[in-house]
Amino acid sequence: MWEDLQTCVFDAPFVVIAVAQEGRGAEQARPWIERVRPSYPCLIDDEHRVSALYGMVNVPQCVWIDERGVIVRPPETAGSTDHFRRMDLETRTLAPELAAEREVSRTAYFDAVRAWVRTGRHALPGDAARARLPVITAAMAMAEALFRLGLHLRRAGQGAEAAEHFAEASRLHPESWCIFRDAQQLEPSGFAGGAAFWERVRALGDKPYYPPPVL
Amino acid sequence: MAGQGIMAVVLSETGTHAVPSDGGLRLAPEDAARVTGWTLKPEGMCREELCVPLDGAMLAGGRVDVAAFWRQLGHPVASDRAGETWVLGAEAEARNVALAGLEAPDFALPDLGGTMHRLSDYRGQKVLLTTWASW
Repeated sequence: MWEDLQTCVFDAPFVVIAVAQEGRGAEQARPWIERVRPSYPCLIDDEHRVSALYGMVNVPQCVWIDERGVIVRPPETAGSTDHFRRMDLETRTLAPELAAEREVSRTAYFDAVRAWVRTGRHALPGDAARARLPVITAAMAMAEALFRLGLHLRRAGQGAEAAEHFAEASRLHPESWCIFRDAQQLEPSGFAGGAAFWERVRALGDKPYYPPPVL
Repeated sequence: MAGQGIMAVVLSETGTHAVPSDGGLRLAPEDAARVTGWTLKPEGMCREELCVPLDGAMLAGGRVDVAAFWRQLGHPVASDRAGETWVLGAEAEARNVALAGLEAPDFALPDLGGTMHRLSDYRGQKVLLTTWASW
């Protein structure tokens, strides 16, 4: 989907920069990147630095940055929707009508990006952008530090202690699906969307997993 | 009697550092500067125009108790059980102030080939910065 955006013909210079939030590093991200063979930079962020800098809590999230390096749209859900919550967990498929709805939302977001590149539309003026910025709390900053410690210890083979720090990081920053996701044990499939993930999703109740962007 | 020295790993905003520590992250002033970005002067630990005095406990035996200093600043500190790996975290308010200026925080990360890309290298283009994960 990002490749479709990147290969659009625009008069103005535009680049997608995709950053993998992968504590397990390049080898975890490699199969996905090689499958897509992107023409845009695909970067490996094994400490989730971008999430920390921008206050991101899930993937995919996007930030729109103009030619001057100014944020014109703070972090927001990047085209994904909560339709997956109604997925058939046995077949891991979505009913056609739900898949169609999801596609409409995704297309609308990418059309908005294209409109921005072509005309500047949907870029937020300063005060409006500031109003949508995430607010980093002391607890979230501590969570970031503990998460970074856990990632380092896990890389060093100290998985058991890493798990303790991950758990405390998640407790301090429960809104971060990035912390939760990377702390999980991977299944042989390479996914970790097991019982713990779905239990956490169900616990959201009416709250969105992917808050929709306001375009 | 000085404590048993160890090589501590310190992860901070200035990078990942291996530094000799007297335990509890008590470092030589030059190492303290390297890991924190603050320099020990007679007035205390200083960065640009700001100096923060250190009390006796934070500066003893020619060593700076960096963990205590960082906590005094109100910044997060995390360590492993052994006291060998430390994270000197970024303060929440500093993150918020940086974002409020709306200048996109810069970073440098590698691609699969190991080539480093800095966000600011793409100045002059509209950038869609997007995050993803393998699941």
